[in-house]
Amino acid sequence: MPVVIVDGQEIEIGADERLNCIEAARRAGKEIPHYCWHPGLSVVASCRMCLIETGQRDAATGKITMVPKLVPGCQTPVKDGTVIVTESETVKASRARVEEALLIDHPIDCPICDKAGECLLQDYHFQHGQPERRADLHPFSSRKRDVGPTVTLFVDRCIMCTRCVRFTREVAGTAELMVTSRGAKEEIDVFPGHPLDNKLAGNVVDLCPVGALGDKDFLYQQRVWFLKREANVCGGCAAGCSIHTEHNQDTVYRLKPRENPHVNTWWMCDEGRYGWHHLHDPARVLEAGRRADHARGSKAAFEPVEWAEVVTRLRSDLKQAGRLAVAVSPFLTVEEAWMLCGIARSIDPEAFLAPGFVPVAGDDETFPGGFTIRGEKCPNRRGVEGVLAQFNAGGRSWGDLLAHVAAGQADAAWITGGYPTPWLDDVTAGMFAALKAVVVQDLFDSPLTAHATWRLPAAGFAERAGTWVNVAHRAQCFEAAIRAPAGVWPEGRLYWNMLGRRGLYDPTAVRRQIAESSAAFAALAGDVPAVGIDLRIQQLAST
Amino acid sequence: MQPFKPVLLEAVGVPDGHTITSYKSRGGYAPLEATLAGRQPADVIEMVKASGLRGRGGAGFPTGLKWTFLPKDHPGPIYLCINADESEPGTFNNRILMEDDPHQVIEGIILSSFATRASTAYLYLRYEYPKSWHRLQAAIDEAYAAGYLGKNIRGTGFALDIYLHRGAAAYICGEETGLIESLEGKRAWPRIKPPFPAIEGLFRKPTVVNNIETMACVAQIARRGVDWFKSIGVPADPNNPRDPGSYGPKLYCLSGHVEKPGCYEAPLGITARELIEHHGGGVWKGRRAKAVIPGGISMGLMTESELDTPLDFAGPGKVGCLGLGTAAVVVIDDQTSIVDFLHNSARFFAHESCGQCTPCREGTSWSLRILERIKAGQGRLKDLDILLELGQTMGMMPGSTICGLADGAAWPMKNAIKKFRGEFEDTIKRTNPTGWMVTDPVPALQIVGAH
Repeated sequence: MPVVIVDGQEIEIGADERLNCIEAARRAGKEIPHYCWHPGLSVVASCRMCLIETGQRDAATGKITMVPKLVPGCQTPVKDGTVIVTESETVKASRARVEEALLIDHPIDCPICDKAGECLLQDYHFQHGQPERRADLHPFSSRKRDVGPTVTLFVDRCIMCTRCVRFTREVAGTAELMVTSRGAKEEIDVFPGHPLDNKLAGNVVDLCPVGALGDKDFLYQQRVWFLKREANVCGGCAAGCSIHTEHNQDTVYRLKPRENPHVNTWWMCDEGRYGWHHLHDPARVLEAGRRADHARGSKAAFEPVEWAEVVTRLRSDLKQAGRLAVAVSPFLTVEEAWMLCGIARSIDPEAFLAPGFVPVAGDDETFPGGFTIRGEKCPNRRGVEGVLAQFNAGGRSWGDLLAHVAAGQADAAWITGGYPTPWLDDVTAGMFAALKAVVVQDLFDSPLTAHATWRLPAAGFAERAGTWVNVAHRAQCFEAAIRAPAGVWPEGRLYWNMLGRRGLYDPTAVRRQIAESSAAFAALAGDVPAVGIDLRIQQLAST
Repeated sequence: MQPFKPVLLEAVGVPDGHTITSYKSRGGYAPLEATLAGRQPADVIEMVKASGLRGRGGAGFPTGLKWTFLPKDHPGPIYLCINADESEPGTFNNRILMEDDPHQVIEGIILSSFATRASTAYLYLRYEYPKSWHRLQAAIDEAYAAGYLGKNIRGTGFALDIYLHRGAAAYICGEETGLIESLEGKRAWPRIKPPFPAIEGLFRKPTVVNNIETMACVAQIARRGVDWFKSIGVPADPNNPRDPGSYGPKLYCLSGHVEKPGCYEAPLGITARELIEHHGGGVWKGRRAKAVIPGGISMGLMTESELDTPLDFAGPGKVGCLGLGTAAVVVIDDQTSIVDFLHNSARFFAHESCGQCTPCREGTSWSLRILERIKAGQGRLKDLDILLELGQTMGMMPGSTICGLADGAAWPMKNAIKKFRGEFEDTIKRTNPTGWMVTDPVPALQIVGAH
């Protein structure tokens, strides 16, 4: 195995790994500061913050020969015997000078800058900068301009790392951003008439190491040091991008992509990024309600029902109605789907189980950098189908459920949702008008509400805990980032109580139970890493 | 000093010297025909290697050696780029060659393309040379008509097209990888090396970038022979195995405060004093020289006492300059303020820094603003230390930048402050009698208000 020596510490790297000095030093626990380098973009070696000293240890004699000048860590590959020095006086002086140079023209308007608190320029200044400012220049004011519908550019805060420019060229493939002018006067800009409006545009804000690119959706909404972050999974489409939900006091402020080499690498799409606003939509269904069968269609109001009462009365209502059909929404987690199916079969052993409606908008869209936005706009179809297969209801679709209802084979229906956008038309909803009991559990009212006898709220993606299985059969487990609004029991909590289980809803316990009883989910028995587990590979291994 | 008969400049002053007829009457294109008829590309490379020709563009890298860096048996295409983005302040030797003897250049390009197996050559011309552009295009057309360019040249099967490309007036396009990026239609940000252009250059194919004067020298070596070329100039230092010597004639661009500025051809190794006295007619108005730039402002400054330094590839380096550069000798007389000189130099580099690497982008701009403040009577002695530190830390040599532009900006700064520190201090003390001694840190920044 090749050995790299980082500040005297020997570390082994993989024989066929191609690492640069920054990555190799990270393995040894040494952070080499850098601005322009990003693992997902090409190397330009222009910020010069990662300058280090390197050398080569002769394999035979053990003698170390150092390169007589500083080299950029991002651009220098390591091999067996590479010596990296990240802490020498020369290196420290060089970093201090780069920090000083970057701050010469920087407005230093941290008090009004949204990036303050998570800004590399700030962090590196405190770690590597000089205590005193030698440049007696008054910086510019903070000029800003729109570069696209979602992004504002604070021109003078920019340190010209060109990560954003490279992103639009290499990953999005749209090349809206460019560099204009020369030398210290150069700026990032868009081509006239071509705003930054591609579907991945929001990533340039994440890439920006300083406060130059601001996300209009987040700008001035919250100080970053108030934000707490929870590892989540985006529910916007079947890709299931790993994200961080950043929130404060049960309010989501923004979503950020979470690095996951198996799913989304470093990126996420704008649709997912801004797709959290429905969580705080005042139109959400916020309490459980019930009305008599004959009151349907008359716009009679639902009478509020206490949750403790829902647990018992829902079961008795459905039992009374007779033959049950259940739509298991692809927005439910695997755990929720499994508990729901169990409840349904305990009410009616012959209950007809089928997946809920799967929203599709267009085809999958793959970008030059390999990132794909899926046309299937729900996060857990694979997981729900896997659960249904356990209940001998595999291979079905939403259409099968509609046909089952249309054929008069059901007396009651339980339709779960969680759909952030309208998903059902009046005609389809009308098919449920004749049933004795219709339970609608969704985020928002839909045409189906008119025919409902029970109207139950659903949880949004950040309010759920459990497991989703994405389009590539990768299962990712997550905790709830925020609590559901007051009065809302997330599905998991309701089902847990309906099953008569004690204590707080514990998705991990349910997950273990599923894994024990099902070969398809056997991989979920132990701890699931943050990047998730590929269910298929685990199945292959176990067979 | 022995009289030296110009060779590269032999067409200067000849009526219609820029036409193909005139060029052929001087013996031009005959060596090309002989080469194409009877010699192999390797022979031409060997000839250029043997001549000891070093690139005339500034860095002085041995031309033949550069050609051998091309991958062997490459399926092609291989490109030859001719750097005529002559923007180093004080330099105009390429312009003379292109305007007065374009066929000499073209013959050199054809020979070099033959040697490197390139079938496409791009001539990157700076925008500000309209006359060169017209003359070169006319000459290229003549060469096509005469069958020296195009498909199946002189029936040998060798094919070559020369494309004349006009740049858009940026100094950085003279950096070889900046030139390549610009030719590809991109922003001329120099590339990270390695890979060097010989391995991966224009359109990611092996590429050689040579200067116009180098091409003229290749033509003359083919015409007059290796021995003639080696008889001129300064032989390699036998005590230094790494010194390839400085052979051949060189075009010196003499400008500034001299009586007769101009482009003069002389053997490599002529001293600055000889050049000024014999060719330039001495420092103008009977004054003394205060400083002399040996080869474009990037190379730094020589003082009056250093004028006996030979202007070969090794000479200027011995007195603390960066090198011979483009051999653009600029004389600064004793009535000129060195502060003004350095301010002008800093202004040029701040304007021309491409802005890619932080130390150069911010360093050139900061040094300019310090010098502006010194000139405005607000200088402090401490500023000189900052300028010197910038000069010593900025550039490819300390490793802080990708290309050599920052070295070029740093050298005049370092040289001027080290060699003329007294004058800087006097100026600062005289113009800022109350504040020159202040060393306090600059007051904290004013926080910018809401916008």
